[in-house]
Amino acid sequence: MTHKESEPVLSVRDLRIGIGKQNAILHGVSFDILPGETYGLVGESGSGKSITGLSVMGLLKRPLQVTGGSILFRGQELLTLNSRARRRLRGDRMAMVFQEPMTALNPLATVGRQIAEMFVIHRGLRWSQARTKAVEALENVRVPSPEERARSYPHQLSGGMRQRVMIAMALACRPDLLIADEPTTALDVTVQAGVLELIAELSQAEGTAVLLVSHDLGVIANMCRRVGVMDQGRLVEEQDTRALFERPLHPYTRGLLAARPRLGSRTLAQRGRLTELDEVVSSDERGRDQPTLVTPRVFSGATP
Amino acid sequence: MKAGGTGVPVAPAFNLVFGERQPSRMMRFILRRTLQMIPTLLVVVLIIFVIFSVVPGSFISSLMSEGRNATNADVMAHLNQQFGLDKPLLVRLWDYLWGLAHFDLGISYRTREPVWNVIEPRLWPSIKLALAAMFFAALVGIPLGFVAALKPGSVIDTGTMMVAISGLSLPEFWFGLLLMYVFALQLGWLPSFGYNADSFQHLILPAIALGVSPMALLARTTRAGVLDVMNADFVRTARAKGVSEPRLVRSHVARNVLVLVLTTLGLQVGSLMGQAIVIEKLFSWPGIGSLLVDSVAARDIPVVQGAVIVIVLWFLVINMLVDVAYAAVDPRIKVT
Repeated sequence: MTHKESEPVLSVRDLRIGIGKQNAILHGVSFDILPGETYGLVGESGSGKSITGLSVMGLLKRPLQVTGGSILFRGQELLTLNSRARRRLRGDRMAMVFQEPMTALNPLATVGRQIAEMFVIHRGLRWSQARTKAVEALENVRVPSPEERARSYPHQLSGGMRQRVMIAMALACRPDLLIADEPTTALDVTVQAGVLELIAELSQAEGTAVLLVSHDLGVIANMCRRVGVMDQGRLVEEQDTRALFERPLHPYTRGLLAARPRLGSRTLAQRGRLTELDEVVSSDERGRDQPTLVTPRVFSGATP
Repeated sequence: MKAGGTGVPVAPAFNLVFGERQPSRMMRFILRRTLQMIPTLLVVVLIIFVIFSVVPGSFISSLMSEGRNATNADVMAHLNQQFGLDKPLLVRLWDYLWGLAHFDLGISYRTREPVWNVIEPRLWPSIKLALAAMFFAALVGIPLGFVAALKPGSVIDTGTMMVAISGLSLPEFWFGLLLMYVFALQLGWLPSFGYNADSFQHLILPAIALGVSPMALLARTTRAGVLDVMNADFVRTARAKGVSEPRLVRSHVARNVLVLVLTTLGLQVGSLMGQAIVIEKLFSWPGIGSLLVDSVAARDIPVVQGAVIVIVLWFLVINMLVDVAYAAVDPRIKVT
């Protein structure tokens, strides 16, 4: 496990996912994430952001399968790794936070036990020791009265609190990579900021790289230094976040930015509806053979 | 479950039973459910009364069919008077309910014994058979369902479900006969029929014959439950945590499936006593079911009523226990 600080934690190359060999869903996606970096993947529903995250974790469900490309994690090829070795990495070296905190926790186990399970599996602790660690983990995500909360069942907690539990669980073993798949989408706006802040703070403190998957450009703008824009299974643009907002290169990105609702915007008031992605070429023309526009201006080593 | 929930007014009836001490939520639940059984029983009694006043034939006409000379008008009138059959239906109903309120099930027409004395010796064999059948059904059906669901589409899955479908569609009495033929007549391993209070061997064949249909149902319910739970978000979370598949099934899936299976299990145990009629007759099992058949044939209405009440009570009690078990397994469910 020798990896230099400058080497990417995660290096996805020409990743292809399909239903069998014929029906491609992801048409060759490449990106890198550096240690401690928060990388955003943005795009509308069905653009392939989530399955990219799931394939890194090795959690793709049949009939979806990786049909080509490579996923290097700390220099190690994941796609050729056996399932046992991949399972050992999951939760320990790479962790994931899901969109729905309401259903993502086992309803019949206390949250303390669910966090403690991480220490039992990956650290070989006994349950009694693991429980103590679980309470610490809850304390780290600033859950009030963690001792008591550890004995609570998921249904006894609010959505925001459950997502904090998910984060505590994901970060329990101090992973190198955290994949956050729409972590705040299901939450109240007032709770969103707190959860995002927590992810940012903890990942910075531990030097955890974060792959943040979101359709929310506001969330991406606040959290990420670099962002990749996905559309129909391709990474159509990759930029420094600030540059992306100032000079979007791909027409799809321009459309996506224009579609953001803005408070008090005159155009919005006049038209009474959100902007459609009218600048974007039709989906027929956005077909498979079109080259994807990726601008590796920030991380030049990223392209193969 | 907190003892004596806050803010819930406790009815005076509860105070009467428990005194000043506040009963636990569970105790209040059980007490209330017990009280709720009374209207159900009333409806059951009413239905039986109406049915037996409508169907042709009476205890006396059934005596005649046995070749006993009761055609004499005087004898008939005497018998009718003796059994109170000359009174109007409503009066008889009231008398019966009045007795029931005093835990008196009446007197059997046939044996002239109190009905309870007729039913009581049949009770334990019936309960034993129902529980043994359910034990067999759960022991075989639930693991079969798990095995099938964990390899969906495999040979094991297809085979198991074929067995389950066969189990559901087999006529019980035919399957019972088959068991008798193979294990009693051909192999001679087990007694073919009869009851022996001390012998476990007599229980095996009737329990399997009675349990095969709930076994098949449980296998199917479990399979569906496992497939359902395996698709749940929290299972994906557990996989993302690096939980191994055996551990996943053991500590995340199994309990969630149990909650789903518990409903089927409860309903089956509850209805097994009533379903056992055919099997009890076939295996000469001295249970409530065979008593019921004999008593209906003889129009021994007090015993029929007693037997039906026992079967209904069993169903209600089992259902209440299932609800209590729910609360024990699933923290989201509170008995209130």
